[in-house]
Amino acid sequence: MAKITYREALNQAMCQEMERDDRVFLMGEEVAEYNGAYKVSQGMLDKFGPRRVIDTPITELGFAGLGVGAAMAGLRPIIEFMTWNFAVLAADQIVNAAAKMKYMTGGQYDCPMVFRGAGGAAARVSSQHSQAFENWYANIPGLKVVMPSNPADAKGLLAASIRDNDTVIFIENEINYGDIGEVPEGEYIIPLGKADIKRVGKDVTLIAHSRMTGYALLAAEELAKQGIDVEVVDPRTIRPLDEATILASVAKTNRAVVIEEGWRFAGIGAEISARIMEKGFDDLDAPVARVTGKDVPMPYAANLEQYALPSVAEIVEAARVVCNRA
Amino acid sequence: MFYSLVFSISKVALAALLDARHHSPSLNHLGDSMASKKKQQDTAGMTQEGRFYSAERLHAMHDMMLYIRRFEEKAGQMYGLKKIGGFCHLCNGQEAVCVGMDEAAEPTDYMLTSYRDHGHILARGTDGVAVMAELLGREGGVVGGKGGSMHMFDKSKNFAGGNGIVGEQVPIGTGFAFASKYRDDKRVSITIMGDGGVNQGAVYESFNMAALWKLPVVFVIENNQYAMGTSLSRASAETHLYKRGISFKVPGIQVDGMDVLEVERKMTEALEHARSGQGPIIVEMMTYRYRGHSMSDPATYRTRDEVDEWRSGRDPIVRLQKQMVEAGLATEAEFKQKDKDIKKEVVAVAKAAEAQSEPELSKLWDDILTDEIPNAYPYPRQVG
Ligand SMILES: Cc1ncc(C[n+]2csc(CCOP(=O)(O)OP(=O)(O)O)c2C)c(N)n1
Ligand SMILES: [Mg+2]
Repeated sequence: MAKITYREALNQAMCQEMERDDRVFLMGEEVAEYNGAYKVSQGMLDKFGPRRVIDTPITELGFAGLGVGAAMAGLRPIIEFMTWNFAVLAADQIVNAAAKMKYMTGGQYDCPMVFRGAGGAAARVSSQHSQAFENWYANIPGLKVVMPSNPADAKGLLAASIRDNDTVIFIENEINYGDIGEVPEGEYIIPLGKADIKRVGKDVTLIAHSRMTGYALLAAEELAKQGIDVEVVDPRTIRPLDEATILASVAKTNRAVVIEEGWRFAGIGAEISARIMEKGFDDLDAPVARVTGKDVPMPYAANLEQYALPSVAEIVEAARVVCNRA
Repeated sequence: MFYSLVFSISKVALAALLDARHHSPSLNHLGDSMASKKKQQDTAGMTQEGRFYSAERLHAMHDMMLYIRRFEEKAGQMYGLKKIGGFCHLCNGQEAVCVGMDEAAEPTDYMLTSYRDHGHILARGTDGVAVMAELLGREGGVVGGKGGSMHMFDKSKNFAGGNGIVGEQVPIGTGFAFASKYRDDKRVSITIMGDGGVNQGAVYESFNMAALWKLPVVFVIENNQYAMGTSLSRASAETHLYKRGISFKVPGIQVDGMDVLEVERKMTEALEHARSGQGPIIVEMMTYRYRGHSMSDPATYRTRDEVDEWRSGRDPIVRLQKQMVEAGLATEAEFKQKDKDIKKEVVAVAKAAEAQSEPELSKLWDDILTDEIPNAYPYPRQVG
């Protein structure tokens, strides 16, 4: 195992898959000559050349659709959005084309491709550049939604997403790009649809994905000091959701808090807590709590931004509430 | 000689009119009484391509360009000190576009920009302290600290700038033009995009609608040669961007965006075209950004020679200074003093902005909806 960054891990996954399969190519804004706006594709143009690592004009709808067509024609595109905020322009091709193509064509056409890029809040970039969109895509049959929370998962999940024969929405996190962690060398695949227990505990289950997994782990340390033994479950794949792992954890702890950076209304936490209620109701000793971003567009001012985002303190507080320790 | 004098005098009235409605930066040394202004104009001025500019007006344009330059330098410094966060896009080098364009526009004309918006809003006459306060995320910022660098708006100045999604403002600007035509109020929508933004599909949808319905919109393309690290020719099959309207019958002109007087002149023509009911027009401003795309971009994709060629060879401020000195309207010493004054002014602006508080936390919940519905979830102004 080597210690590398989250962005290097993503880079390794793409390189590994491109070496293995000539049908895989990377396309997006600034991915080639600039080595990626966030340097995720560092060195890939040199390695694979301009046939396979392609800079686009700023035309998200166009190159997303081009990717859909290329996938239908037998290639395996990785389409990078500089951030998922800009994928909103491409939503038609993702939602109306990629997600439905197999179904609409009676199974004649597949759309094996990955749309990837940074999601969630970055730092101090205000309303249009700090948004969590996983719940949008998770609502749509025909798509898979994957969100890694650490470098090893980033590598294994991206490689699996590229090999997957369906359209995968792969949402990274800008603030995590510099995180360092142990990552297996060589080929490394983490199957989609499998949650991971990031910390074992017995008193309460914290369910958190992407950047919030790190927050949940910090909260767990704080709660340990207060005598609360926390289990942290990272779904990793949002859709389809490994509810068995979540339900097994809740069956053990009898208490759960779901954490997400995005907005509460119709968010991922709403789905997960509904499943716990539907399938694990008898295991619960307290209502499931949710910690989410505040129900506002992201403001720029430092104090307002901090207030708008979920905090470790809020997670600690929610866990204490469900444990009757508040 | 005689003719040009007659011509100049008739232009004086126009220039005075334009000056009267024109806002100078919040620099106190710019304020002269109208009477003395007019007197000077009868004798002092400069004619370029048959268009007369009074000394007063030239000074105002110069001072605004220099003010923007120094303001942006200050913003860059403040970013370096981590007082400004997130993305911060400076417009050093592009000042002539901001100032010349606003000089040609009526205050009632609408203006929409991308996120590279500090220069435009300052040229439009918005208080520098409010712009700087926005950059710092303070309560007195133009949008109360909610937007930061990318989201400058000032409705009182008809400035709906500050759009952070590339190309987003183009259909929106077309909508402002639609409203003008709908009300027949002769306002023009100045809708500004970059050489990268011009490739978004919605731009062409807008060109078509604007031409089809003869909407009063001037589509300004700030061609600063790069979209982030991508040079124009790496992103555009047709690099003559003023031709991008051909298949929609939208005429286009190319302008030296490093020459504030040419910008003013050509923009005046373009505005007249749109205002007179002939429909949209494209104005491609050839310009250059001296700095990286944003503060985090080292801009290694350009050669030093290329940057120098624009910076020392074509700088819009130096160019106007030279012209004014040659025309006997100012001396180099005066410009040096002016620069000192403006730098001082900018320091004061930054200080005043920094002295402001951050917004109150309760502001987080303001301005989301106009008609809040109190008894339905999600409830306004509360968590959960
Ligand atoms: C839809 C969308 N895609 C990508 C981005 C990221 N981005 C911000 S600015 C920019 C380059 C734009 O270049 P240009 O239009 O030439 O304007 P300039 O920055 O040169 O003023 C890009 C790609 C964005 N903000 N919005
Ligand atoms: Mg540009």
